[in-house]
Amino acid sequence: MKTLQQIGLGIFLTGLAVFVSLLFVGSYKLTPAQFEEVIQSKGIQSEVFLSEFNNQIVGKSFSNSHAFSAALISALDKANATHKKEREWSKVIWSKPNSFAYDIIKSTEAGVVAKNKALFWWLTFGLGILGALLFILPNVVLLGPPGIKNNGIWHSKATNRGWIGWMTFLFLVGFYILLYFYPNYIVNWVYLVDPISLKLSGNLASQWFLYGFLYCVVMTVMAVRMYIKYRNNKYQTLRTTSVLFFQIVFAFLIPEILVRFERPWYDFKNAFPLDYDFFFSWNLKQLIAEGGFGLFILVWGIVLTLVVVPVMVYFFGKRWYCSWVCGCGGLAETLGDPYRHLSNKSLGAWKLERWMVHGVLVFALVITGFTLYSYFSGASSVIGIKTQSLQDTYGFLIGSVFAGVIGTGFYPIFGNRVWCRFGCPLAAYLGIVQRFKSRFRITTNGGQCISCGNCSTYCEQGIDVRAYAQKGENIVRSSCVGCGICSAICPRGVLKLENGPEKGRINPTEILLGNDVDLVQLLNKK
Amino acid sequence: MQKKISPKSIVILGNGISGITAARHIRKHSEYQITVVSEEHPYFFSRTALMYVYMGHLKFEHTQPYEKHFWKKNKIDLKQGRVETIDTKNKILQFSDGEALGYDSLILATGSKPNRFGWKGQDAQGVLGLYHKQDLESLEKFAPDNQACRRAVIVGGGLIGIELAEMLHSRHIPVTFLVRETSFWNGVLPEGESELINREIREKGIDLRLNTNLKEIKTDENGQVRSIVTEEECEEILCTVVGLTTGVSPNISYLKGSDITTNRGILVNRYLETNLPDIYAIGDCAEQQEPVGQRRPVEAVWYTGRMMGETVAQTICGNRTAYQPGPWFNSAKFFDIEYQTYGWVWAKPKENEARFYWEYTSGKKCIHLNFDTKSRMFIGINTFGIRLRHAFFDRVLQEGETVDYVLEHFADANFDPEFYPQHDEEIINQFNREQGAQLQRKKRSWKRIFSIPSQSL
Repeated sequence: MKTLQQIGLGIFLTGLAVFVSLLFVGSYKLTPAQFEEVIQSKGIQSEVFLSEFNNQIVGKSFSNSHAFSAALISALDKANATHKKEREWSKVIWSKPNSFAYDIIKSTEAGVVAKNKALFWWLTFGLGILGALLFILPNVVLLGPPGIKNNGIWHSKATNRGWIGWMTFLFLVGFYILLYFYPNYIVNWVYLVDPISLKLSGNLASQWFLYGFLYCVVMTVMAVRMYIKYRNNKYQTLRTTSVLFFQIVFAFLIPEILVRFERPWYDFKNAFPLDYDFFFSWNLKQLIAEGGFGLFILVWGIVLTLVVVPVMVYFFGKRWYCSWVCGCGGLAETLGDPYRHLSNKSLGAWKLERWMVHGVLVFALVITGFTLYSYFSGASSVIGIKTQSLQDTYGFLIGSVFAGVIGTGFYPIFGNRVWCRFGCPLAAYLGIVQRFKSRFRITTNGGQCISCGNCSTYCEQGIDVRAYAQKGENIVRSSCVGCGICSAICPRGVLKLENGPEKGRINPTEILLGNDVDLVQLLNKK
Repeated sequence: MQKKISPKSIVILGNGISGITAARHIRKHSEYQITVVSEEHPYFFSRTALMYVYMGHLKFEHTQPYEKHFWKKNKIDLKQGRVETIDTKNKILQFSDGEALGYDSLILATGSKPNRFGWKGQDAQGVLGLYHKQDLESLEKFAPDNQACRRAVIVGGGLIGIELAEMLHSRHIPVTFLVRETSFWNGVLPEGESELINREIREKGIDLRLNTNLKEIKTDENGQVRSIVTEEECEEILCTVVGLTTGVSPNISYLKGSDITTNRGILVNRYLETNLPDIYAIGDCAEQQEPVGQRRPVEAVWYTGRMMGETVAQTICGNRTAYQPGPWFNSAKFFDIEYQTYGWVWAKPKENEARFYWEYTSGKKCIHLNFDTKSRMFIGINTFGIRLRHAFFDRVLQEGETVDYVLEHFADANFDPEFYPQHDEEIINQFNREQGAQLQRKKRSWKRIFSIPSQSL
């Protein structure tokens, strides 16, 4: 079994190595015919650009995407510099250089990967999945009978911020930086999933399709790990199934199928303000132009945020979304589960969390306000601030850097819920409802707590659960996503996630249950 | 309660759960000067969590419930040192480093120390207990993995022994577990439960030897453990580590020669007062002159220490309060099986008692109810693999409900995580069959659950 695991690890690492090496291989060539198409589709009018391209690029071979990108971007920069100097604004190409380069490179369909998509899919995704499963499945036997499986977590270099953790961190951060900011370097990765995208939506893949597919694959494989690790706990296995279902069906399949039927790409479970560009004018225009179906999405999006979300939080707590439905939560609870204990539990971190997460919520609401004002009034700026640049700032800082690079990249260092805890505006909104108007609480079982600290340590949201449990108080915290791990791992059966009457939900006590009845009553009634 | 303003100085010896609870509660109600003295570690940590540090579930820092700034913020002075003598006349503590500290009130909360029975070789290299933080360091030294430690022998079949077995097992170290009794912990657990745990221990691959005593520990020329010999079979078992987990007794040796009255522990009355004014004793080191109800005079349990801390703080702050713990409860975990108990279920039934035992087909869950034969009053319950609600049983025991009431409302009592399989139907059916009763299961009611008066919400 151990050997099988090692073989699995070897296969996984091979797949990973092939995947990474794809960044550096290939030969790229833009044919004259393809160049014609680029000119057409981008509506290029710059003669400088045309001559640069014809001299430097068209018909020439490049041995990797970096060299090719560099040539493309330099041609673009040269052309734009000339036109800006000459004030020929209509000839300037306003696309972001890296996206522009990505589009051209992707369309060339050149190189060994583009010509052998299926083969390379198997060498990367195929080996990765196979290896990971071979690594994970033997745990059914190796971990022994069902129970708590936290042995050695703080001894392993992968999970105690050791060198494996730091390598994982570098890989994840690198991946997100490439994905968000340098798609032109990962064209080969996107080729891998072209065949799948064609089958689903009828279109070639974009880098976002790659991300969506990879997301589903990673979650599925790591869900298998969850099923084995927590097979003693039905709450955990059901919850894992639920997030997996919502990710694959709602965030991946339905939107792609909508595209196949020429409908707008839409994830029906992604609620505003997590879905921060829902009210952006391009989206509103697209939805309204769509007619009946677009209007349905528009109404559903508003109802989801204003009615469904708070009502469900009232009955079940924010967990119904954050750890049963949400995609970010889904990744955190599968890929991120091995890192949950790395969250910071200090009082300082809690203070920071409250400022940050509510700050982001305010930020999201402000840009939405600006957006709607601009949309209805037609003004491009409000009180001297350009709506567009505000949106771009949010998209860059929060949408890309915080949610992606930090949110997931930092799993192995700061734990798996950094984004959910410090950055997610929807979590902030759900949290306010959960704290003040909800039936959800984690009940503390009288006087049974022995202050061991397992609950606090394994709380991915950095809640000091023990601080409440050892005082006999229920845990009612806005940040609790109801993952149920504290309850699962408590060695004394002290914690239970419950939805009950609001009365007595928050129960600060002076003295715990089990001591002198009269004293308990005297002090706790005060 | 109004905060007392006074420079009165309270010194607490021991920073375990008892001492720290007392300090926290005194601070809540007063502005007294509070100093907590400890020898083992400057900060309060949860002793019961030490096992998880070795197992890699936690780091040592996670066993400390309060951040460092907590003590400063609450003006609780922490002093590390060893008390040599207590001058009760002049109210002065003498420390081994020559320092002295005066007090107005002194709370002794010095806990327990592990028992040793004078075995030959008990001080050899590789013999250790599981009590102090230092024991953890010994374990890391002598039993870091199964290469350095080819086999460990544990002597003493109680809660600490089985925890040590679980710890060593987590690092794949082969363990032989010597238990003096005929079945694990059967001085406390009735036969069914004890047998269930025997099975669990063996299923984990532990070499469980019942009816077996330690005769001696043999060492090699370096004074390192080489083997042990059993009393009964005179069998020699090769091992490099010996864990002695044969219970604890009050840690009071530092009181030798003082005029504080002791027996096994420091003798206290119901108000936790010793024979001398302004000196109190709480937690594991205290011994009740008259046991409370069916409780033992020395209670070495986490929560009783905490309750005594809560109580003595009242007295110190001017509200003289007796230690009157409510109904008995406790919990533990045996490898993967959680155990809770509420009320009393003795190993052997008393004359007036009837029993009801149910075990799940998995052999990993059971409940055992104890009730009065005549009045059918509920006396207690043991539960293994099923979590139960403390508040429910606290009320049931105080109000003297019957066993029938408990079983009919068993859904209210359940505290398992959501979606766990429920067994109330099987349990009540078996009870009806065996007792010829006609009990009807009541559906769980949040209203009942959350309207429990003794919780005084």
